[in-house]
Amino acid sequence: MIENHISLLLVVIPLIAAPIAAILPWGRASWMLTLVVTSACFVLAGLQLWAVVHNGAISYELGGWAPPWGIEYRIDALNALVALIVSAIAAITVPYALLSAEKEIPKQQIPLFYSAFLLCFAGLLGITQTGDIFNVFVFLEISSLSSYALISLGQRRQALTSAYQYLIMGTLGATFFLIGVGLIYAQTGTLNMMDLAQRLPEVTSLKTVHTGFAFIMIGFALKLALFPLHLWLPNAYTYAPTVITVFLAATATKVALYVMLRILFTVFPDGFVSVTPTGDLFLLSGIAGVLTASVYAIYQMNVKRLLAYSSVAQIGYMAMGIGFASFKGVTATIIHLFNHALMKGALFMAVGAIIYRIGACRMDNIEGLGRQMPWTFGAIVIAGLSLIGVPGTAGFISKWYLVLAALEQQAWLSVGVILFGSLLAVVYMGKVIEALYFKPASEANLSVKEAPILLLAPTWVLVFANIYFGLNAEFTVGIAEHAARALGVAAK
Amino acid sequence: MSTTTLLLLVLLLPLLGAVGIIAARRFPNIREGVTLVTASLVAVLVVIMANRFMSGEVFALTVGEPLPGITIAFKVEALGMLFALVAGLLWIVTSIYAIGYMREHKEKNQTRFYTAFAVAISCTFGVAFSANLFTLFLFYELLTLSTYPLVTHTDTPAAKKAGRVYLGILLGTSIGLFLLAILVTWSVSGSVTFTQGGILAGKLDPAWAGLLYALFLFGIGKAAVMPFHRWLPAAMVAPTPVSALLHAVAVVKAGVFTLLKVTIYIFGSDFILANDVTGGLIWVAAATILLSSLIAMSKDNLKARLAYSTISQLSYIALGAMLASKSGLIGASMHIAMHAFAKISLFFAAGAILVVTHKKLISEMDGLGRAMPVTFGVFLIGTMSIIGLPLFGGMWSKFYLGLGTVETGQLLLLGILMLSSLLNVAYLLPIPIRAFFSKPADGKPYTKINEAPKTILLAMVITSSLCIILFFYPDPFYQLATLAVGGR
Repeated sequence: MIENHISLLLVVIPLIAAPIAAILPWGRASWMLTLVVTSACFVLAGLQLWAVVHNGAISYELGGWAPPWGIEYRIDALNALVALIVSAIAAITVPYALLSAEKEIPKQQIPLFYSAFLLCFAGLLGITQTGDIFNVFVFLEISSLSSYALISLGQRRQALTSAYQYLIMGTLGATFFLIGVGLIYAQTGTLNMMDLAQRLPEVTSLKTVHTGFAFIMIGFALKLALFPLHLWLPNAYTYAPTVITVFLAATATKVALYVMLRILFTVFPDGFVSVTPTGDLFLLSGIAGVLTASVYAIYQMNVKRLLAYSSVAQIGYMAMGIGFASFKGVTATIIHLFNHALMKGALFMAVGAIIYRIGACRMDNIEGLGRQMPWTFGAIVIAGLSLIGVPGTAGFISKWYLVLAALEQQAWLSVGVILFGSLLAVVYMGKVIEALYFKPASEANLSVKEAPILLLAPTWVLVFANIYFGLNAEFTVGIAEHAARALGVAAK
Repeated sequence: MSTTTLLLLVLLLPLLGAVGIIAARRFPNIREGVTLVTASLVAVLVVIMANRFMSGEVFALTVGEPLPGITIAFKVEALGMLFALVAGLLWIVTSIYAIGYMREHKEKNQTRFYTAFAVAISCTFGVAFSANLFTLFLFYELLTLSTYPLVTHTDTPAAKKAGRVYLGILLGTSIGLFLLAILVTWSVSGSVTFTQGGILAGKLDPAWAGLLYALFLFGIGKAAVMPFHRWLPAAMVAPTPVSALLHAVAVVKAGVFTLLKVTIYIFGSDFILANDVTGGLIWVAAATILLSSLIAMSKDNLKARLAYSTISQLSYIALGAMLASKSGLIGASMHIAMHAFAKISLFFAAGAILVVTHKKLISEMDGLGRAMPVTFGVFLIGTMSIIGLPLFGGMWSKFYLGLGTVETGQLLLLGILMLSSLLNVAYLLPIPIRAFFSKPADGKPYTKINEAPKTILLAMVITSSLCIILFFYPDPFYQLATLAVGGR
C-alpha cells in the first residue's frame, strides 16, 4: 500500500518536517528530525529507483485526479537517479552538519537553518519527481527561496551580498522559465510533460514555441550556472555556510541539469536539438566554460572559490555531453552528473573540515596543514584525483564516456578540450595540495589537530564512493544508459 | 601454491610491506627489517614464478570489470615476466643499498620513503602483469603518483619545482595523449586486451596508424622520448636509491615496456611492418639517442649525466620496438634487463661517491679512484656494459638491436647505433679513467676518504657481477625475449 505512494512521500515528508524543525526548541532536536527525514528519504529514493528499474516508469496521480487535468508525478530511471543523488547527499551532509553548522551559524538560528534546509531539500526533490511543468516552477521557487536564506546565513558579511546576487539571478531565471512555460502553454494548452511531448511535434515550427523554448533554456541555464551565466555561483559557494556549499554543489546544479535534459529530450521531440542551434550552443558554452572556469580556478586564492570555479568547469563537461545530442553524449552527461556530486561533495566537506579547525580556507591560511590533518588531506588528494580523472576513480569513468562520445562524432576539438581540462585540474588541485603539504606550517597551524570524526566519516564515505564507482561502474553506467533510453535519446 | 595465489602474492606483498613499514615507523631497525624481508620474499617468489612460467604454466586473474567490456585483469606473458624479474631482483639489492645510503646520508622522512618505494614496486608489477591497456594505464598512473613523494623527498624548493615538472610531464602526456590513444583504440577495435598479433589489423585504416602510434609514443612519457624527456633529469633531485631503481629501472622501463606491449600486442609487428607505421617516427628515437648523448657530454653533474645517458638508452628500446622485426624486438626486450643492471650499478656508484665525499661534480672526482677503488671499479664495469663491450651483458642487447636494423635494411640506423656507442665511450669512460689516473685538483692524494659503508658496497658488487654473469649466461632473459616476440 505504502509503496504506491513513495513518489509522493519523498516530497511530502520533508515539506511537513520543515515547519516542525523550525518550532523545535533545541538545535539538536531539529538536527535529529532532519537526520531522520533525510535518511528516510534516502531509503525511499533507493526503493523508488529499484522499482523503476525493475518495473518500468511510475505514474502517480496526485489526489486521484487523472492527468492531464491533475498533477502527475512521473518517475523514470533519470529522475529516480537524480532523486537518489539528492537524498543520498542530504543524508550524508546532515551528520556532517551537526558540528559544522554549530560552528558557523548562531545558536538561535539553528532550528531555522534546518527548517530552510528541509524546505530546500523538499523543493529539489519536488522538481525531480513531478511530471508537470508548472509544478516544476513551484518547487523551483521553494528550493530557490530557501537556498537564498541558507546562503545568507554565512559567517562573513559578503554572504549577504552573494545571497542577494543569487536572488536577483535566480529570480530572473525563474521568471524566464515561467514566461517560457506560458508561451508553450498558449500553443499547446497543456502543462503535463507527457502530454506536451505528444502535442509539441505539431507546433515545433512556430516561432512562439521556439521563443518559449529559448526562455526555458536560458532560465534554467541561470540556475545551472552554465557558462557565461555562472557569475552568481562562485560568490554563493564561497560565502555560504560549508554545509550548504556541500549540499548545493552536489545537488542543486544537478537538479537544474535534470530539468534541462527532461525538456530537451522528453518534452521536445527527438531531433529538435539538432534541428535548432541548441546542440551547438551547448557545445560552445561547454567548451568555453571548461577552459575559462578552469583557468580562473588556477588563480583563486580561496580554496572554496577555487572549487566553485571548478564546478563551473565541470558543468561545462556536462553541457558538452548534451551538445553532442547523442545517446553516448547524454549517457556521459548523466554519469558525470552522478560522479561530480561524489567528488565535489567530498572536496567541499574536506575543506569544511579545515574551516572547522582554523576558521578560514585561503591558500596562505592552510599552509602546512597536510601533516597536521592527514585524513582530511588524504580526502582532498583522492577526491582531487577523481576530479582530474585518474583511472581507478569515478572521475575517470566520466572522462572515458565523454571522450568516447566526442570520438563518435569525430569532434576532435572537444576531445582536446576535455583532456586539456583535466590537465588544468591537475594544476589547480596541485596548487591546493602543494599549499597543504609543502609550505612550512605557521606557528598557529602547528597546533591544529585532525578534524573530529563526525566531519571525517561523511567525507570518507564520499571518498570511498569515488573509488568504488571508479572500480565498479556497473551501477552508474547501467542506470545512466537506462535513463538516456528513458529520455528517448535515439542511439546512433 | 596455485598460480593465482602466486600472482596475487607478488602483486600484494609489496603493499603489505608498505603497511608493515608504516606500522613499524617508530622502530627504524624493525622497519628496515620489514623492507628486507618483503623484498627478499618478493625476489624469491618472482624467480619461482619465472620458473613455473617457463615450464608452461599460465598465470591469469581477473579482478573486476569497472566498465562493460573493460576489465582489471592480469595475465603474465613473457615480456611482463622479464620486466617483473628485473624489478623483483633489483628491489632487494636496492633495499640493501638504500638502508646504508639513507642512514649514512641522514635523510629525513625515511618511513615515507620506504612506504612509497614499496607501493611503487607494487605498481610496477601491476604494469608488468596487466592483461589489457586499461589495467596497464591504471597502474601506470599510480606509479607516477606513488613516486611523486620520492622525487620531492627533500621538501626543498628545488625538489618542489622538480616535482612539478615530473607530475606535469608525466600526467600531461598520459592524460593528454596516452589516454586518447587508448580511447581511439577502444573506439576503433572495441577491445583493449593485449592479444597476440595485435587487435588493430583490419580495423584501423593504415593511413591513421602512424598517427595513433605517435600518440602512444609521445603519450607514454615514461619512455622519455624527446621532447618529453625533461622529467627524468628533474627527477634526479630524489635520493640516489630512487634514481637507481625507479628512474633507471622501474619507472622508465615501465615506459618502454608499455611501448613494446603496444607494438607487439596492440598493433602487431606484422601490421607495423606491412604498412610502414613507424617509418617516420623511428627517427625521433634515433634523434633522441644522439641528442641526449651529446647533452650528457656537457653535464658536469654526475647524476645529470647518467640521467641523459638513460634517456639515450631508453630510445634504443623505443627504436628496437619501432623496427618491429624479430631481432629488433628481441634486442629491445633484452635491453630492458641489460641496461637495468648496468645503469643501476652506475647510480649505486654515484650514490656511494656522494655519501662519502659529498661530491656531485665529475670535475671534482679526479684521483678519487685510488681512495675508492671498489666504487670506481663498479662504475667501470657498468660503463663497459652500457657501451656494449664483450664480456659484459650489454653486448647482447646491442648485438640484437644491430641485427634488427640489418634485417630491415636500415643501415643508417645501424650507423647511428654505432656512433652512439662511441659517444657512450666519450661521456662515460673518462669518469673512471680520470678517477684512477689523474691527480686530485690540489695535487695531494686523498688520505681521509674510505670506501662507502658495507651494505652499499655489497649491493654494488652484486649488480656489477650480474653485468658480467649476464654475458656468459644471458639465457633466462634471452628465452623470455624470444618467447615474447614469438608469442606467448
